[in-house]
Amino acid sequence: MNENETKEYWRWKEYNWKNPDIPDWRGSLVTAGVDVGSTSSQAVIMVDGELYAFSNMRTGSDSPSSAIDAINWAMEGTGLTLDDIRFTVGTGYGRVNVPFANKAVTEIACHARGANFMYGPTVRTLLDMGGQDCKAIHCDERGKVTSFLMNDKCAAGTGRGMEVFANLLAVPIEEVGAMSLSVEEEPAPVSSTCVVFAKTEATGLLRAGWSKEKVLAAYCSAMASRVVSLLERNGMEKDFAITGGIAKNPGVVQRIERILGVEALKPIYDTQIAGALGGALFAKALFAKAGKDKPALQGKMAGR
Amino acid sequence: MKMIANHGYKDGSGEYYISLDTDKCSLCEEHGCLDGCPGQVFEIEFDDWDEEVATVRAGARNKLKQICAACKPVSGRPLRLPCQIACVSDAIKHSW
Repeated sequence: MNENETKEYWRWKEYNWKNPDIPDWRGSLVTAGVDVGSTSSQAVIMVDGELYAFSNMRTGSDSPSSAIDAINWAMEGTGLTLDDIRFTVGTGYGRVNVPFANKAVTEIACHARGANFMYGPTVRTLLDMGGQDCKAIHCDERGKVTSFLMNDKCAAGTGRGMEVFANLLAVPIEEVGAMSLSVEEEPAPVSSTCVVFAKTEATGLLRAGWSKEKVLAAYCSAMASRVVSLLERNGMEKDFAITGGIAKNPGVVQRIERILGVEALKPIYDTQIAGALGGALFAKALFAKAGKDKPALQGKMAGR
Repeated sequence: MKMIANHGYKDGSGEYYISLDTDKCSLCEEHGCLDGCPGQVFEIEFDDWDEEVATVRAGARNKLKQICAACKPVSGRPLRLPCQIACVSDAIKHSW
């Protein structure tokens, strides 16, 4: 078996990060958000409402273990333990399986709130391009959801679909976007309704002599047109921002912008942490609310 | 603040979304949608602000075309569907 057959081209970078501008968390309010998605898991730790640390990793076969691994990796090198975190919100597909969460909140609400923090209060339309679904979300100036529309019928238009294509074409997933933009002429998109059909179509195009760049351009274009129809159905209102892993793919982002005629806000944080970041912000607000109503939070309770 | 939840999907054959006005839902105590829908598409859950709202159950979200077909005959389709009649808050809309 040669190297190309065993290499995992879909594998994106897993890492953790700690804010060098916050030297110590002691004496401050520490909250956390843990987003256990279908494909990736993130944990975000906030200190007095400021981003302190986060981790971004692949979701394993077991959601509770993924949540624990994510928070442990985010806490690495900080001196924090779970007992130091005053309130934790679980979100994402596996939100009810975060064993140490005080509350579960939907990823739709968390992404909107996270995007409000990441991009500012002017965001009104948000596109969350997740591992196995895609959501068009409208929110107000506080990051509260006013309408949403989700499509999880098929892997087409999701991160998983992009992973399939990266592996098929033996192109590292981080390079897919730039490669797709290197074509001189934009090809017609492949099937946008089914990733299995799209893969079959792409195999045929490769056999017909298309370059990898051209096939990737056709797939990125199909993905862009699929999510644009989702955005248009829910209504498009500026400012516009994208979260999720596909937001890191310039081949898809630039094609979405081109079709819509609207430029997306440029991220300053990792777009994959938006859900967990929103969870940590919810955690801060919920802790403050609970603190007013009750003398103290008693232990941890399972998410609903 | 009004919140519209669109549950459903788009595939090669069309768009199949049920839209729920959850602000109207949160004021409803009857939950007529639960029994009013022959396909038992709806369930009640607490939203992120701890209000009781209707939602389309997870197992039905990707099968709405098939489940709702029984209430949508090709000819003689009623002006209002059984779920819409059962919903006293007028919070349910179908896209197809």
